[in-house]
Amino acid sequence: MIRAVPRLFIILGLMGFALLYIPALVMMAFSFNAGKLASVWAGFSFKWYGALLQNDQLLAALSKSLLIAGIAASLSTLFGVFIAIAFVRFGKFKGRLLLSALASAPLVIPEVVMGLSLLLLFIAMENVLGWPAGRGLDTIIIAHATFGMCFAAVVIQARLRQFDRSLEEAAMDLGARQPYIFMTITLPIIAPAIISAWLLTFTLSFDDLVIASFVSGPGSSTLPIVIFSKVRLGVTPEINAIATLMIVTIAIGVIAGARLMRRNPR
Amino acid sequence: MAPFIEINEITKKFGDFIAVDNLSLSIEKGALFCLLGGSGCGKTTLLRMLAGLEAPSSGTIKIDGMDMHQVHPADRPVNYMFQNYALFPHMSVARNIGYGLRRAGISGAAYEERITEMLRLVRLEGFENRKPDQLSGGQKQRVALARALARNPKLLLLDEPLAALDKKLREDTQFELVNIQEKLGTTFVVVTHDQEEAMSLASDIGVMDAGRLVQVAAPKTLYEAPANQFIASFLGSVSFLPATITKIADGKVSATGSCDITALAREGISIGDDVICALRPEKITLSRGQAAGPNQLNVIIEEMGYLGAVTHVRARTKSGEMLKIMLSNRRRAEADFTWDEEVVASFDPKDAILLPAEAR
Amino acid sequence: MGEQIQRLFYHYGKWFIIGLPLLWLMLFFMFPLLEMAQVSFTEARRGIPPFKPLWGFGEDGFFTNFTLGNYQLIYDFYEDYLGPALNSLRIAFFSTLFCLFFAYPMAYWIARSPDDMRHILLILVLLPFWTSSLLRMYALIGLLNPNGFVNGMLLWLGVIDTPIPMMQTDLSVYLGMLLTYLPLMILPLYATLTRLDHSLHEAASDLGASSFTIFFTITIPLSLSGIIAGCLLVFIPAVGEFVIPALLGGPDQVMLGKVLWTEFFRNRDWPVAAAIALILMVIVTGPIIYMRYIDRGDDREGEQV
Repeated sequence: MIRAVPRLFIILGLMGFALLYIPALVMMAFSFNAGKLASVWAGFSFKWYGALLQNDQLLAALSKSLLIAGIAASLSTLFGVFIAIAFVRFGKFKGRLLLSALASAPLVIPEVVMGLSLLLLFIAMENVLGWPAGRGLDTIIIAHATFGMCFAAVVIQARLRQFDRSLEEAAMDLGARQPYIFMTITLPIIAPAIISAWLLTFTLSFDDLVIASFVSGPGSSTLPIVIFSKVRLGVTPEINAIATLMIVTIAIGVIAGARLMRRNPR
Repeated sequence: MAPFIEINEITKKFGDFIAVDNLSLSIEKGALFCLLGGSGCGKTTLLRMLAGLEAPSSGTIKIDGMDMHQVHPADRPVNYMFQNYALFPHMSVARNIGYGLRRAGISGAAYEERITEMLRLVRLEGFENRKPDQLSGGQKQRVALARALARNPKLLLLDEPLAALDKKLREDTQFELVNIQEKLGTTFVVVTHDQEEAMSLASDIGVMDAGRLVQVAAPKTLYEAPANQFIASFLGSVSFLPATITKIADGKVSATGSCDITALAREGISIGDDVICALRPEKITLSRGQAAGPNQLNVIIEEMGYLGAVTHVRARTKSGEMLKIMLSNRRRAEADFTWDEEVVASFDPKDAILLPAEAR
Repeated sequence: MGEQIQRLFYHYGKWFIIGLPLLWLMLFFMFPLLEMAQVSFTEARRGIPPFKPLWGFGEDGFFTNFTLGNYQLIYDFYEDYLGPALNSLRIAFFSTLFCLFFAYPMAYWIARSPDDMRHILLILVLLPFWTSSLLRMYALIGLLNPNGFVNGMLLWLGVIDTPIPMMQTDLSVYLGMLLTYLPLMILPLYATLTRLDHSLHEAASDLGASSFTIFFTITIPLSLSGIIAGCLLVFIPAVGEFVIPALLGGPDQVMLGKVLWTEFFRNRDWPVAAAIALILMVIVTGPIIYMRYIDRGDDREGEQV
């Protein structure tokens, strides 16, 4: 069989995986280091995880980030469903081209541009309308929902396009009408895509540093903003610890998700 | 009594494409009617219009005396069995069958009872908790049938009901469908592209081509007395011999073309007409030397294919027409014809089908 | 529900579904860009907001403050602005190349693996894709710092006497780019490579082609769409990258994203920041339009199939 992969490819591939994984693995190992230095192993310890629990600033930022990501992901997913339905089901409608441009541009526009432009808008709106008064969680949520809905729309659209329309016709033939058909047939079948869209937009929001930096106000620092400011001052074991916790959480999520997808393909 | 289904001058256009072209058709109550045609002939579109899944561009449909115009598919006394079955993948067999019952306001004991009854009808007792992806193709087909019949429709529409099954299963299922139809007495309209399926299922067949009905008749009539060359060649195998009528006398017709043909007289044929004589392969016999009867053609055997029960022969007449002949191997080594042998092909005058010649 | 009500519900429901996201995106995406374009033509000042309004009604009636001064400034101090712009293009270009260099063999390997192995490898690609790039950059810093893991190991092994400076170099920036964007390159490549009909390879080898020839005459040309998609997916965000040059780059690796950030947060010169943002958008517009063009081509292919 010529199915064999050239050895050179496997070597390069292993190097690629090493590149992706060695930094994180080293960091995770050193989160259990008793010492403070990133290069000297001073024995195994959970002390930085303990310190993390005492670090009110990090914990406050974490809870803010979770709140923002939760709301932003839900808004993104809802609007993503709307956009996907509009594109897949409504055929030609007035404004289709505009919506298509507006829903795809945020996917590719540089984060700094998006952050700056939104901040300028918020300031202009505050001058004219008096809202939003200053910047805080609400402005971050709006910003994250704006780019999140575009990602959600891509994910949900892909699934909705594959959706077998005869299932809806069968439901109609059996006496059902919209929106009952959507709730009992369409929604349950595209649910996996909706869940992955929610998870994707949640992570995008949770990880975002650049846009949040522009549109956050004093007192609304998210976790990436706090981590960024600390990283500039150098590596600290507490960040190692929280980063390890985040990576482990995501790893469990991704592996569980992959298993689930594998069990019920589509 | 008015027919159960009255389709009157119905047309369906998709943009510039005319899928169904000014078609009229009536179907009697309790019939098992088959719409037969190649892909793209408009048969599925017609079926979807009956279900209300497509709105006709013009024309009317009446079912059981009721005009279906503006009647939502959900409100029609009609159910549809989809070609891919369209079973709801996230629901169990029982909930699939019960979906339409709930919509009809049936619940509680009556709901359970009806599901059990339907499962019994399609012989799927014990499968109520399975999901569609845990069923075989044949089982899925039966769930789809049960789901479509659960609401007790006046009319059941079946789109290629057997196409997704393998050959062996298809034969069994065919008879089962007929049995269920006879048991319930529901009117069935079946769409298929498979002529054998249509012949064995249907009490009446409507053959469609390019959005029009070409002929509506019982299976036997379609085969033995096709209306034109299209029907003759669409159903089964056939050879054509062009000829011109020369004499009509004593209930017999004589025609001459590339060869002399005698056939039974038919209405609407007069001397001087150009006709096509259609011959079914199993109606032709081969012999060495002179045979009995008026129709005798000298032919040369060009190809032979032994298939066990029968042997297929292709033979060429002196004037160059190809004849398809099917010899029954009823007795072993009855006639050992060989390639390139010159033999006589003969057929009974009543088996010669005279069709009007078509301008080609 | 009556027929009439049902129809009204559909009619308004449809415009609700289209209108809500459309209005949102116009308000929070299109207007901000227009506002930003407007600010880039205003004059900076001390105050809140730190720029003069472009137009308005004052004591003397309608006035405008239109200026091209910010663009003039960017042009005059080209080393401070155009240098980083070229840096952005250079770093994004080479990052794309490096990503392709590693991603292609990885994608090929994954695509040709047996099912179980392929699943594990795919998860290994998806994991970093889902983890925050900031955290991954942070982990990289832990390796590359003068007192980081690599230098520590080398010192301990006695290979070197003094730490090698690895941070704030091309090396650190490119490693950061690879770490961030490698999964984005692998996924589209993998998608095209799995769709590749293996019998083509067998046919080619049956016709006497060496595996080397097969790779360059069959595999690469047939996976070109994946290569282009992956390159654009990496190049476009890499041009506007902020975190990597900010955390891992030095003065030689300054990119436009970082300049914009500095102008905005450090110098509080919002009009210049807005002008830089506009320039950045112009730079990425070309590849974006190309990408949309390719997308449309793919759609058409899809319709035919």
